[in-house]
Amino acid sequence: MRHVIGVLVENEFGVLSRISGLFSGRGFNIESLTVAESNDPEISRMTIVTLGDDQIIEQITKQLNKLINVIKVIDFTDTDHVTRGLMLVKVSVEGSKRLEVLKLIEVFRARVIDMAAKSAIIEITGNEMKLKAFLDVLAPYGIKEVNNTGIVAMNREVKARSRYKIKVV
Amino acid sequence: MKKTGAQIVLQSLQIEGVKAVFGYPGGAVINLYDELPNYEVEHYLVRHEQAAVHAADGYARATGEVGVALVTSGPGATNTVTGLATAYMDSISVVVFTGQVPTALIGNDAFQEADIVGITRPCTKHNYLVKDVKELPRIIKEAFHIARSGRPGPVLIDLPKDVLVDATVFEYPETVSLRGYSPTYEGHPGQLRKAVRALLKAKRPVFYVGGGAILSNAAEVITELAIRLQIPVTTTLMGLGAFPESHDLSLGMLGMHGTYRANMAVTESDVLVAIGARFDDRVTGRIDEFAPDAKIIHIDIDPTSISKNVKVHIPIVGDVHDVMDKMMMAVNEMSEEAQKFAISHDEWLAKVTKWKEMHKLNYIQEEVIKPQYVVEKICELTRGLEPIISTEVGQNQMWAAQFYEYTKPRTWLSSGGLGTMGYGFPAALGAQVAFPDRLIIDIAGDGSIQMNSQELATAVQYQLPVKIIILNNGYLGMVRQWQELFFRKNYSATEMSVVPDFVKLAEAYGAVGLRATHPREVESTLKKAFSINKPVLVDFVVAGEENVYPMVPAGQPISKMLLV
Repeated sequence: MRHVIGVLVENEFGVLSRISGLFSGRGFNIESLTVAESNDPEISRMTIVTLGDDQIIEQITKQLNKLINVIKVIDFTDTDHVTRGLMLVKVSVEGSKRLEVLKLIEVFRARVIDMAAKSAIIEITGNEMKLKAFLDVLAPYGIKEVNNTGIVAMNREVKARSRYKIKVV
Repeated sequence: MKKTGAQIVLQSLQIEGVKAVFGYPGGAVINLYDELPNYEVEHYLVRHEQAAVHAADGYARATGEVGVALVTSGPGATNTVTGLATAYMDSISVVVFTGQVPTALIGNDAFQEADIVGITRPCTKHNYLVKDVKELPRIIKEAFHIARSGRPGPVLIDLPKDVLVDATVFEYPETVSLRGYSPTYEGHPGQLRKAVRALLKAKRPVFYVGGGAILSNAAEVITELAIRLQIPVTTTLMGLGAFPESHDLSLGMLGMHGTYRANMAVTESDVLVAIGARFDDRVTGRIDEFAPDAKIIHIDIDPTSISKNVKVHIPIVGDVHDVMDKMMMAVNEMSEEAQKFAISHDEWLAKVTKWKEMHKLNYIQEEVIKPQYVVEKICELTRGLEPIISTEVGQNQMWAAQFYEYTKPRTWLSSGGLGTMGYGFPAALGAQVAFPDRLIIDIAGDGSIQMNSQELATAVQYQLPVKIIILNNGYLGMVRQWQELFFRKNYSATEMSVVPDFVKLAEAYGAVGLRATHPREVESTLKKAFSINKPVLVDFVVAGEENVYPMVPAGQPISKMLLV
């Protein structure tokens, strides 16, 4: 199963290499990995999307926790969370296709950030499903290039109903 | 008053209580060596950096303290990799200091530059590149703390030359603050209760004891509890010495070359308590047929060890010593009736006793010296002396494990996880430095001794009277055994057709060389070797094609053994 894992790490040189080395050394899969400084400049925040059965995911989270520079590991799966990725897509917009593509962009709430004679660069944010759907509809027009940031994730605030188990119909 | 980085390193070692450092100088650490004579730390000059780390490792295993090695940059540093990987696999607390080119040159492909922090990341528990002398005291404090706490392991500190030269006000921190590192020592009380309950209900219980029991100094309480509840005990290769093999409840070692009784008892157990062991593939054999009927209780300080290879029913994360102490307390608090019930598994003990009589470790005595006979004789002649036995890797290691009776922890030094040939001799030197008056014996093969035989010079220089026992069969014996059994006797590249004259080799270094070629010479030669207070190398010319049995072929369950 696919898991989104958040990792808070010390903002030091070499930490990214420890994490990526752990994944490659133990044969764990990385689908995407994003990393940047968090609101605390001493802490970086990583989001890793990985694949594996329960036993592998258990090993991944335990092995991550074992690293001295790792402060906290959060498996977002089975929690109430949001995910977002940002994607740039260069798509062919020659002739009559241009208007059709613009229409699609509107539907997906994406944005054109560069328009040239033969192609346009489109920026879109969303969860992975939305990004994938967008690529699917653009495909017939000719996708020239895609650059995807990978997923970032965050837990929602714990809501009253889940806290007190009041069933909302 | 300000101190230079070099002075800080040595002062910190003194504060950490380090008495011995194994090392090799070079350009990047010359400032450190310049200061060395001014400090109480004793330095032992090895002849290869790999041996420095193995010696520090042997010192650590024998004493329970942190072993320390010091080497220069570049090749000095890369030569430590095998030593670090060996210590990492067996969870041994070692701190290795490496020199590095000046910070301004890092990344420039400078002379004797190697990215040793990058290279050793996967084979150290943690490592550091010191970029500023001000960080040095904190980093050394952390390194020793990380090396010896939790699941122990090696830590490397890379010291650029300018950091050793720069000066700062020295203040060694009292405490360590690492928010990402706080090992769990105390077992969860609820899990403990569950485990005790399961153990007391067991009809066919077995203790399966690994290296963690030695590392946490838990041998005594494990022995006490096993005897109290009448539970048979098997140890792994790493756990040898955690339970006295002379005791009736001892099953000996389990696994690929384990005893018949140990492998059968584990396979038929209904409650298996893994104590500081990690279900290594050499122990479990075919995993889905390992202890198939057992409820498994697993005690380990490292959460990643739990449910990594086998599914565990009752995991307890914690220090083995602490958890076993609490189990003992729980047993003490029980009613007499419950205690009586707990030990009422006579049928099981009868079965184990029967297995004990079947397929005992054995070999056929012939006109040539059998390697097993040499180990048996060593055992016989050193009874009561509590020597420390180190080994190389391969057949010599297995015979040393099988035919010597271990009764005390920290008397067995062997590279279990990584299986490093060349480990035993330098490790023995480390142990001899720690215990100058004890008998230290390296049981070696003719192949593996050649991997670090240059250390004879170290042994002679520092008068470390280690006894090297070579079981010389003219082959890389364990690989040859596999070739014989599974590769149509195709002895590809396993014949040692040229070896040095080991007696002359020892003599060339100024050590004593002895040789025996007939069984009747074995005892007298060993006696002679043990009586000489110098490094002695004994070349026992043994049967060429002797095999280690029992043997579980790769991929088979451990109950399917090839027997003598």
